[in-house]
Amino acid sequence: MIDRIAEVWGTRTPYEQDQRWPVRVDQKLAEGVGDDDVDRWVQSACVLCSNGCGCDIAVKDGRMVGVRGRATDIVNHGRLGPKGLFGSWQGVDNKDRLTRPLVRENGRLVATDWDTAMQRVVDNSRRLLQEKGPLSHGFYTSGQLFLEEYYTLSVVGKAGIRTPHMDGNTRLCTATAAASMKESFGSDGQPGSYVDIDECDAIFLYGHNMAETQTVLWMRVLDRLAGQNPPKVVCVDPRETEVARHADVHLPVRNGTNQALMNGLVREVIVNGWMDEDYVAAHTLHFDELRDVVEPWTPERVAEVCGVDADDVRRTAEIFGTTERVLSTVLQGFYQSHQATAASCNVNNLHLLRGLLGRPGCGILQMNGQPTAQNTRETGADGDLPGFRNWGNTDHVAELARVWNVDPLDIPSWAPPTHAMQIFRYAEQGSINFLWVQATNPAVSLPELARIRELLHREELFLVVQDLYLTETAQLADVVLPAAAWGEKTGTFTNVNRTVHLSDKAVEPPGEARSDLDIFLDYAHRMDFRDRDGNPLVPWSDPEGAFHAWRECTRGRPCDYTGLSYERFRGGSGIPWPCNDEHPDGTVRLYEDGVFPTDPDYCETYGHDLVTGAVVGEQAYRAMNPAGRALLKAAPYQPPHEEPDEDYPLRYTSGRTVYHWHTRTKTGRAEPLDRAAPQAWVELAEEDAERLGVIEGDIVRVASRRGEIVVAARIGRGRQGVVFAPFHYGYWDTDGVGPGEHPRSANELTITEWDPVSKQPVYKVAAVRVDKVATGDGPAPAPTTAASRPARPGTVRPTVGGSEAMADERIAPVEPPAVATREEHP
Amino acid sequence: MKLPVYLGLLREAERVLAESFRQVADGHAAEPDVHFLSHTLAQQCLAHYEALDPIVQRYGEARQEDEPERLHAEGLGRIRSGPVGLLRDLQDVYMLASVVEITWKLVGQAAEALRDRELLELVARCHKETSTHLDWLKTRMEQTAPQALIAAQ
Ligand code: SF4
Repeated sequence: MIDRIAEVWGTRTPYEQDQRWPVRVDQKLAEGVGDDDVDRWVQSACVLCSNGCGCDIAVKDGRMVGVRGRATDIVNHGRLGPKGLFGSWQGVDNKDRLTRPLVRENGRLVATDWDTAMQRVVDNSRRLLQEKGPLSHGFYTSGQLFLEEYYTLSVVGKAGIRTPHMDGNTRLCTATAAASMKESFGSDGQPGSYVDIDECDAIFLYGHNMAETQTVLWMRVLDRLAGQNPPKVVCVDPRETEVARHADVHLPVRNGTNQALMNGLVREVIVNGWMDEDYVAAHTLHFDELRDVVEPWTPERVAEVCGVDADDVRRTAEIFGTTERVLSTVLQGFYQSHQATAASCNVNNLHLLRGLLGRPGCGILQMNGQPTAQNTRETGADGDLPGFRNWGNTDHVAELARVWNVDPLDIPSWAPPTHAMQIFRYAEQGSINFLWVQATNPAVSLPELARIRELLHREELFLVVQDLYLTETAQLADVVLPAAAWGEKTGTFTNVNRTVHLSDKAVEPPGEARSDLDIFLDYAHRMDFRDRDGNPLVPWSDPEGAFHAWRECTRGRPCDYTGLSYERFRGGSGIPWPCNDEHPDGTVRLYEDGVFPTDPDYCETYGHDLVTGAVVGEQAYRAMNPAGRALLKAAPYQPPHEEPDEDYPLRYTSGRTVYHWHTRTKTGRAEPLDRAAPQAWVELAEEDAERLGVIEGDIVRVASRRGEIVVAARIGRGRQGVVFAPFHYGYWDTDGVGPGEHPRSANELTITEWDPVSKQPVYKVAAVRVDKVATGDGPAPAPTTAASRPARPGTVRPTVGGSEAMADERIAPVEPPAVATREEHP
Repeated sequence: MKLPVYLGLLREAERVLAESFRQVADGHAAEPDVHFLSHTLAQQCLAHYEALDPIVQRYGEARQEDEPERLHAEGLGRIRSGPVGLLRDLQDVYMLASVVEITWKLVGQAAEALRDRELLELVARCHKETSTHLDWLKTRMEQTAPQALIAAQ
């Protein structure tokens, strides 16, 4: 037994390059429950981050009582992280769950039955469709439902209601991953695989605090680092994260300057002749433009703008340029920052310049944040067209119309889909009057919260919220629909590296709660949506039926699911798409042949200008004749729009801690996790704290032009001039909907702004000022185990979990699983 | 030679376009993408304006009477409000940017005929950026038009 709050990454199982990662089976059972007491183990995968760890849910007397990693799964080889071990089941099996629908009566939410609640939803839908038409409707979904649910929602929204206003909170987490791959390769679809960690000589982490966001993936890296021939590690992050501590080079760039650094790295690779010229000539377009744009970015200039050492820039470029097998991973430090898509495309550019794609150890992981975000993107629940179809391509729209048996004109494709921030703007302006939010909590997670709370509150907005708990957002709703959780319903989902898992129903949902799929089906039925022959638009009635329909929808597309079935998932490992006749066992890596999905008839997008987001039209795209070549997309560096000044002299950024997930609706209800990080805090660099006269635990006010928070200060090891706050803390467990007397939510301070291409909000660049308001009565409630550890160790009691955090580890009980496909190991 | 007339027109049109982008940026600050991008594009226009200086010097300023009144580019009048107002303002800027775009194109042709390498390089850069301004304006208008024309109050 081991305390997995104190030992976040558990015991090391070192391995060498090209060996398979050893198995370690992690298991947690409820207090007093032994192995023999478990009635059944039900196959699933964890939904508390994008890693997609295969697991089994322990069931006893009809309740979830624990979880263990699946040894056979290619993603995690048996392991689970703290969130998976404690949060997955404890965050669901909880007395606070919504068990009945609620409707607003005289300003208060009161319990009711499903008929009444759904009738209210349908009445409002019908009324608005009649009065204003489909543009009155918006859907804001999640990265945490199942594929079958998103696909159903996508059909309902696009061909039932016919609104272009569909998006998900994936806009906040993975929109840039998708956008950068579309721009560079012509379509969404992760080139690399987690297996590349086993095989690489160097790993670059760009704005990716993997140690805290995907703990199990980081265990894989740690185990390589503990073995023979460890890979070099390069970390780009303003904070001194665990990743930074293990890095050979750490570039603590000023937040907001990623594109300057990336232009500099690209330039170094070009001027030092580290390119693979044959590959560039045969497989890419626009090299000259890229070379011209990066030309001014000498290491010295990068050093000046980014605030890093010029020699470190050179060393970084040299590692990239001269190492045989390089894996790059990218996450929110790039995606939620200024020039998000441009900087992420530059990561793709680096790999394209050296031809480091589609080979063992040579991969790119444009990470996702959420467990099922990939499916939001694939199915078009984020506004895109399903199956990575191109909304600008009339043949694609016609094909989709055939799949759904509707008129092509029924599918809104006249302009780019409306992104989340614009949907909320339309709601603010009163042109969207019906907003249906599922499994996400915009009242805490969107930028500039005062504004969001105000607009969600508006009389003329009919707000439907579908969730497990009465979140801050749900408290503002007109109708609240209680949803079944993970483990209470069946469905599939796809992780970062395209691996699809099945999650089977283990227990019944509490009270009258229903699966999101059943809620959408009920709505479709009540709205009586029909296809062009008068048959029901959504003909399926269960998850497997939805999955079959989805498979057909993906036929011939990059995310081809036609070779997958529930049957195939049961008992084994997850399987990475595309999986079809050509790749019957799935596909480990994309683009081995250097042929990219950029063909004009096949691509998911004709692309955008990276500075403005202007659409490149079909004509211009065809004229380039991409013919399967990737696009080297370039953009000059531009300074961020809000830089520190006299009034707001510090740079502000926000992010995660290892123990929490999103707005803590689940993790805040799992004892070991909640106790490890019970309260909001803010991190100041030692030098800044000294100047402000603030010591560990003092209460400070952090203010931006948009709002303020008052929380305890952790004196940490961050970059001087940078202030960090975790974004998990809202008000459901303090004052209800909003801050009241105790503002603590990181998004009180963030700015309303987004990347021009991916439309991902800018959470990581803003200007703030900090003042001390009171002396603290002890250290800040921040964990000591990862990036938020104190600058002076020993001054703060280490974070431990105690008896409730003890979990089992079984090391190497079986041989590691082979990679997914016979392609890899015939 | 009438090229100086066109260079003068172009420089003036870039100034007016910069000013109009700035007006849109400030007048529609509640639309963050319009706000920030219009400021960025205003700066690009000003850079074009300044880059034209040495060329204008070289060819000499046009005489007043050589510049017919109707060749002057009109800027935005008052900023409008609301969704349809935004659409209309962007449309006006689009017209103005079109004038700038085609003028660059024509000046470019003259530069080719004159084999003026310096001017050609400038035209290549500025014409491309101006085309992108048009593309962005078009993208943004297309995105917003249905909502403004059908659903907005
Ligand atoms: S790494 Fe992610 S998927 Fe795996 S157990 Fe942790 S939270 Fe769950």
